[in-house]
Amino acid sequence: MVPEEQGALTEAVFYILLSLHEPLHGYGIMQKVQELTNGRVVLGPGTLYGAINTLVEKGWIRPLVDGSDSRRKEYLITERGETVFLQELARLEELVRHGKSVTRSEEQ
Amino acid sequence: MTKSVVKFISNFEKEEQWLNQMAAKGWHCIDYVFGRYLFEKGEPGEYIYRIQLLKNPINHLESTAYLNFLRETGVEVVASYSRWVYLRKKAADGPFDLFSDKESRIAHYKNIIYMFLPFAIMNLAFSLKIFTGQTVPGLIHVAAVVILSIPIARCYKRIRRLKKERLISE
Repeated sequence: MVPEEQGALTEAVFYILLSLHEPLHGYGIMQKVQELTNGRVVLGPGTLYGAINTLVEKGWIRPLVDGSDSRRKEYLITERGETVFLQELARLEELVRHGKSVTRSEEQ
Repeated sequence: MTKSVVKFISNFEKEEQWLNQMAAKGWHCIDYVFGRYLFEKGEPGEYIYRIQLLKNPINHLESTAYLNFLRETGVEVVASYSRWVYLRKKAADGPFDLFSDKESRIAHYKNIIYMFLPFAIMNLAFSLKIFTGQTVPGLIHVAAVVILSIPIARCYKRIRRLKKERLISE
């Protein structure tokens, strides 16, 4: 299988994929991301709604359908989403490694 | 205590600003019907107001789903007018912006342009009446084109700026 061409993820998409390693609804994602980043990243509900729909379309996350009639839809990362997430993590690690190597050499 | 204010603001960002200024003074908008805003007296700065143009008519399934999603996040739908919705959230809940990246802000401005554009084009076509001797009706359509061009140009400028900034950050 030819791997899908994969650019850098947006911060919103990265944090949505990260949050959805456990089932969460939209507001849960917003709260978790805000908590993790100490309030630095506050996802706008309009932006989040669009991103969730796109990620569901791409099959990177999926809605959990449960028997209860809860109106709040919960989502979870899929295997495909996990692959993308790990790829992105490797890319970010490379960025951090390169960034640190420069700052370290400047300190000396 | 309530009061109503009649006002026409064509720039939705100015309108939003004004609603937030009113809210800062303790006057919270609780309804809007064609140019008439209804305010209720409350705690100064209790709410943050936002205005959005929906992609679909307000009763469309997609709009209902979106507005329900907003409600889940603590957003209140105060009023709606055509596809415009007036939203508010308690300021105590923290900052309230509908969009948190340039991509979705661009999409919102585009949506606004797409709403005005057909009317502008239609009026532009009708303004050709000038050349058939119907000067007055033609000029009315010319005036309509000018008026409709203002929000279109404003949104276009915002989009261009955002696209430029997007080259270096999201």
